[in-house]
Order: sequence, then structure tokens, then C-alpha cells
Amino acid sequence: MHWWIPTNASSYGGDVDRIFYIILYITGFVFLVVEGGLLVFLVRYRRREGRTAAYIHGNNTAEIIWTTIPAVIVVMLALLSQKVWSTVKDPAHFPADAIPIGVHVKQFEWQFTMPGPDGKLGTDDDIFRKNELHLVVGRNYAVQLTSQDVIHSFFIPAFRLKQDVVPGMTIVAWFRPILTGAFDLACAQLCGVGHYRMQATVYVHSAEDFARWQTAQGAPATAAPVATDTTMGSMAMPHSGGTR
Amino acid sequence: MTAAAAPHDAGLHAGHDDRPWLRRYVFSTDHKTIGIQFLFLSLTFLLLGGLMAMVIRWQLGFPGTPVPGGSILPDAMAPGGVIRPSFYNALVTMHGTFMIFFAVMPLLTGVFANYLIPLKIGAPDMAFPRLNMWSFWLMIPAGTLALAGFFVEGGSAASGWTAYAPLSNSPLYTGVSAGQILWCVAIIIFGASSLLGSVNYIATVVNLRAPGMTWMRLPLSVWALFITAILALLAVPILAGAIIMLLFDQVLGTHFYLPTGGGQPLLWQHLFWFFGHPEVYILILPAMGIVSDVIANGSRKPIFGYTSMVFAIGGIAGLGFMVWGHHMFVSGMNPTLGTSFMASTMLIAVPTSIKVFNWLGTMWRGNIHFHVPMLNAIGFLSMFVIGGLSGIFMAATPVDMYIHDTYFIVAHIHYVLFGGSLFAAFAGIYYWFPKMFGREMHDGLGRWHFGLTFVFYNLTFFPMHLLGLGGHMRRLYDPTQYPFLAPMQPINVFVSVSAFLLMAAQLPFVWNFFWSLFRGPKAPLNPWRDNSLEWTVPSPPPHGNFVETPTVYRGPYEYSVPGEPEDFLPQDRPAPARQEAH
Repeated sequence: MHWWIPTNASSYGGDVDRIFYIILYITGFVFLVVEGGLLVFLVRYRRREGRTAAYIHGNNTAEIIWTTIPAVIVVMLALLSQKVWSTVKDPAHFPADAIPIGVHVKQFEWQFTMPGPDGKLGTDDDIFRKNELHLVVGRNYAVQLTSQDVIHSFFIPAFRLKQDVVPGMTIVAWFRPILTGAFDLACAQLCGVGHYRMQATVYVHSAEDFARWQTAQGAPATAAPVATDTTMGSMAMPHSGGTR
Repeated sequence: MTAAAAPHDAGLHAGHDDRPWLRRYVFSTDHKTIGIQFLFLSLTFLLLGGLMAMVIRWQLGFPGTPVPGGSILPDAMAPGGVIRPSFYNALVTMHGTFMIFFAVMPLLTGVFANYLIPLKIGAPDMAFPRLNMWSFWLMIPAGTLALAGFFVEGGSAASGWTAYAPLSNSPLYTGVSAGQILWCVAIIIFGASSLLGSVNYIATVVNLRAPGMTWMRLPLSVWALFITAILALLAVPILAGAIIMLLFDQVLGTHFYLPTGGGQPLLWQHLFWFFGHPEVYILILPAMGIVSDVIANGSRKPIFGYTSMVFAIGGIAGLGFMVWGHHMFVSGMNPTLGTSFMASTMLIAVPTSIKVFNWLGTMWRGNIHFHVPMLNAIGFLSMFVIGGLSGIFMAATPVDMYIHDTYFIVAHIHYVLFGGSLFAAFAGIYYWFPKMFGREMHDGLGRWHFGLTFVFYNLTFFPMHLLGLGGHMRRLYDPTQYPFLAPMQPINVFVSVSAFLLMAAQLPFVWNFFWSLFRGPKAPLNPWRDNSLEWTVPSPPPHGNFVETPTVYRGPYEYSVPGEPEDFLPQDRPAPARQEAH
């Protein structure tokens, strides 16, 4: 039974996990100290005959200590987080060589437009797929997210990436897969009756596999939309991903 | 004095009461009656919200199987007892709506602000008793309209309690039309009720304090309720404005949130969370106040760091208005804005830890009496610590990017609002029940209720953190649909079974409440040996509260004063023995 963070499969996912573990260790320590202290007090100072509670109204030194320490810790956490956050989300830090991918969503479907061999979107060799995205391991990608109706959320747990898709806006998010395999893509924002089945699969290929797949598509984008699982069946799909 | 001759005028005195039955028990302007009315109403809504949670948990634990007894539900909700996805979304929406607006908020402010503020500050009643009555009676149509959504065509609102636009804008997206409009109207009426209450609490605390009741002698419960009222007064109108625009989008064809007409979906989120985050503190600050009173009493010790406790309440409230964007890190909002909201959000850890350490400081070297309210207050403290610490994960933007909209968030909010607010509400009910009804609740049943609730509460909500870390999205009708979630289904089953047991663990409370109401032994004047003014008047207090306006000589937490014969020293006792020697 799996009950923890899935194996990371993106370039920055490791940094996200590192911050998660730092916070886990700090909060875990605070948790043990506070709850442990509480337990000790409950036992040690429980009501007993003849005991009188101390008549104390407070202690300024103590107040200063437990104001300063949390402040220092949270400022440190904020600084740590800021670095990773801007790597992932700040358009100024997006890799320049990212391959563009069009992601258009509607209730309850993901529509991916992937560039053909020319590496550009909006040309005749674009490949169009519903609910499946094909990538090459180790390459940078920039997904251009648009929505036709309501807000959806582009969530690939293995990549540690979540980005809402908002109608009326084009939002760009980037990632670099570092593991080959098939990974789940989920809608994370309640988007209507079919929200629960709005899922897609991200296939991360090795360069050779991807070239084979791309050639197999052949026909230009306009002819492709209906083709889905038939082509996949004949392909050797690596399943080394950690999500399953 | 008759009811017609302004029963709340300045000359109101406790004692003879010849109000007609209807003005006395139904359309009463007496703050105590209104507080008790809020108690029954909010507990009813709490039960409703709890039942909805049970159906949700059945679907998550055992997707696609008929809910036991679900065959009574109409086919539009659950054909053959099997929950439809549309009904599931409606349940998720209404569980949140009922718990937040109609159960926990009235339970903490409606009940305790109404009942306690005048009694604790030595006032005969609220500053505006008629507004106060309105505040209660508006809650009835508000709750009824929200509930009515289930019985109209298309079902109730199903866009989440957060009603994100444009999902909530148009029946095109959800199939819900009348239900969403009813939701909007219900929340607008709720807002009016909340505002009338807030104005009242603020005016009362500012103007009606008894002689000697200086600001720094106020019980922390009153401080918390006072600052909560200011929060509500500033935040609730924003919600009302946002919902009125949503309503216009739905019925008048405006495009405030619809991009097709030049509107902006993120505007809704900004407005909603500008209300929504202060709202979280509206739901937790009164709990902190109640717990402060109970912990000092149970430890028989003055509250540790009273002044910093007051400033911490103010600090949490002030920061509460600067952090709304942390609900929107992945919304498409400018990432630089995300960084500033992360910084302000992290700072909330500071006043929050001040409070936690001061509660621990209060128990340190105390003489701790484990009465039932104290047990619940300790439950609050230990669970609130978990809820507070888990908040740091989502304050960190990169981590939030992963856990946002997952069960980690669901776990966090339930640790704050159930582990925090509800344990405090139980502490408050057990503590002031003897004051409200003049009878004692059964001690043994109270202990069983606390123990079982504490255990099953943790078994229900702690594993949700693990689900969230596994990537389990919230508001998901059927998690087994996803290959990466299916292996976690045993956790979902475990959570569901624990949730059913948690619900069952409330039976001792219900039995205790009603049994004690009619059969409980008569309560002594001051059963907890507390210092606050409400324990100087009979239980239940007469109309007008105090025969003579009390004079206050000291703060409310003078426990175990050296040289005193008893370990408590009421606020209105003229002078301690040791000072008489001067």
C-alpha cells in the first residue's frame, strides 16, 4: 500500500521534496517538544491533596524567547521556499529552450497539441492527442494552459507541479521530466459533475522511443484527433515511473 | 415593568419578569435566551453537516455501493442508494457551507458571544437587544434556504463551499440553477445576521462594561469574541458584495466573473478569500478565548502572559487580513505576489506560538483539575498544535504547489476547525451548561464522550495527511478511478470507518445534553469555583442578569492567590484579605 509522496520524476521535484522534509523535521521536533511538554505537565502538575498552584502571571524573558525563535524559523523557511518557488513559477526563470505544448481543457477532457519534428506549435506537423501527453526524458517543456469553460487544475503528482487553468487567461508552466514511464495527470480543481474522471496520462519516453512514436503518427494534426489507444498498443512503453 | 415598555431600557433590573410567553422564549430580546436559541440551532445544523459527512465518507470508502438506508433518497440524488456524482458534489458543497456558516460560526459567536459577553462584563443585556433578536431570526431563513437547495430541480449548489467562479456562475457548467441561487441568497442573509450580531458585540463590550471592568481586566474569552466581531464586521460585507455580484451574473446576465464578457474569474477568488481567511480566524479566535478561560480555571493558576495573549489575538486578527493570497498560490496569480503572501502567512506562526506556549505556561506548576471542560480544552490545545504545524507546509509555496487541493488541506482544516473549534465548543458547552440551564451535566458520560471523540477524531483525520501526501485530490467522487490513488483505497476505508465511529461517539453527548436538561442535578452557584462575574448570579440568571450592577476589582484569573483561604478570588469581591491589613 502506497501512502507517501510518490517518487519524484521532474528536475525541480527533488527541491520541493527537500523543503517538505525540512519542514517535516522542524515541525516534527516542535510537535514532540510541545506535546511532550504538555504530557509532562499534565502528569507532574495533576491535582493532588495539599498542592497549591504557583501564583505566577508570566515571564517576559520567556515571552521574548518564544516570540523570537518561531519568527527566525519561519523567516528561514520563507527564504528557502522562495528560491525553489521562483525557479518553478517565475516566467523570468523559465528555460529558454523549452519545447512549447498547447494544453486546452474543457469539461472533462485534456487536449494536448504537441509540436512535430519542427519543434514549433501551429504548424502542419503538430500532433494532437486527447488525454495523453508524450514527452522526452531530460527535455524542458513549457505548457500553455487555456480553458474553454471553468477553472481546472493541471496536476502531475510525480512532477510536483500544480497549476490552475483559468478561462480567459493563458498560463505557462514548465517542467523537465527526469524519469521515463507513464505518470498520472489529474484535474485538481472541482470542475463539475465529471471532475472525478478528468484524468490523462503523461508518457515520458527515451529519445529513441519518442522518435519511433513521432514517426508512427505520420499524418498532420488535423487527421490525428481520433487516434488514441491503437497506436499506443504497438509501442514498447517503458513503465519505470514511480507512481504505480 | 412590562415587555411593551422597552424591557431593555437603562432601568432594567433583574427580578420579576412578566413578559408574555412568546416574548420570553421565542421572540425574546434577552441575550441569554438568544444564546440558547443559537445553541439549539447550531447543534441541529452541526448534526446535519455531520450526516452529510457520513454520506461523503461512505462514497469515498465504498465507492459505487448503496449507502445503508440510502434507498429513501430520490433517484435524482442516489438511484437505488448509490450516490450520483452530482449529489456527491452537492454534499461536499453543503457539508462545508453548513459546518462553517451555520454550525461552527453560530456555535462559537452566536452562542458564546451572546450568552457570555453581558454576563462576563457585568451588563444587564446587549447594547441593541432588538438587533440581537434579528440576528438570530435571520439565521432561520438563511439555513432553511440553503437546505431547500436539496429539494429543488437540479439539486443544491455543487460548486464547493468556495463557489469558485465561473463554475458557480452558470447552470451550463454544473446543471444546478435554483440551488446555486438559493445558496447565494442564504449566505447573504447569513451575512446580515452576522453583521447585526457583530455590531452588537462590539457596542456592548465598548459601552456596557461594569465599573472597574477595565480593558485589561476583561476575560480572554470576551477579548477574543470582541476582536472576532471586528473581524466579522470587516470581512463579511466583502463576502456579501462578492456574492451579490455572483448572483447578478446568474440572474441578470452580468459578467463580473465571466471572461466571455470581460470578467475575471480570479476576482472572485480574491474577494472570497479576503473574507475567507479572516473567516478562519472568526472560527478559531473565540475557541482560543474559551480555552484560555477553561485552562486557567482547570490549572487553578493565573493565565500566563495575559497581555501578550491579548496582543496575540490582535496580531492574528490583523495578519488575517494580509494572507488571503495563500489560498491562491497555484491559481494563476502573479508568482511574486505568492512570495509576499507566503511571508505574511509564515508570520502568523509567531502570535500563534505565543498563545500555545502561554497555555503551556499556565499549566506549568499548576494544580490541574481534570474536569470535563478542561479535558476538552486540553484536547483543543493538543490538536490545534497539529493543525497549526501542518499549516506551515502549505504556507511554503513550493510544498503548497504539491499539496494544494489534496487531502492534506482537508486534514489541516479539520484539525483546526474540529480539533480546534469543536473541542473548544464542547469545552464551552460543558462549562456553561450549568449556568445556562441551572443543572449539571453527567460527569462520566462527558468523559466517555471526550475520550471516544478524541480517539476517533484522530483516527479519522490524521490518515488524511497521508492521503494528501500521496497526491489524493479533494472533492473527488471516486478515487479508485485513478491508477495512482487506487493503492491508497485501504486508507480511505479506514478513514470512513473511523468517521462512522466518530459520529457514534457523539451519542453520549446528545444523551447527556437532553437528559441533563430535564433530569440533571441542580447546579451549585459556582460549580467550577471561577472568578468571572457570571458565577455571582443565580443559574439560570434572571432577566436583567444583575440585581445590582457589580463593581470589578481585579482581573478574572486570580487563582491560588497566596494568603487567600480559597484558591480563587472573584472579580467582584471588594478586597483580598491580605490587602485589608494595609
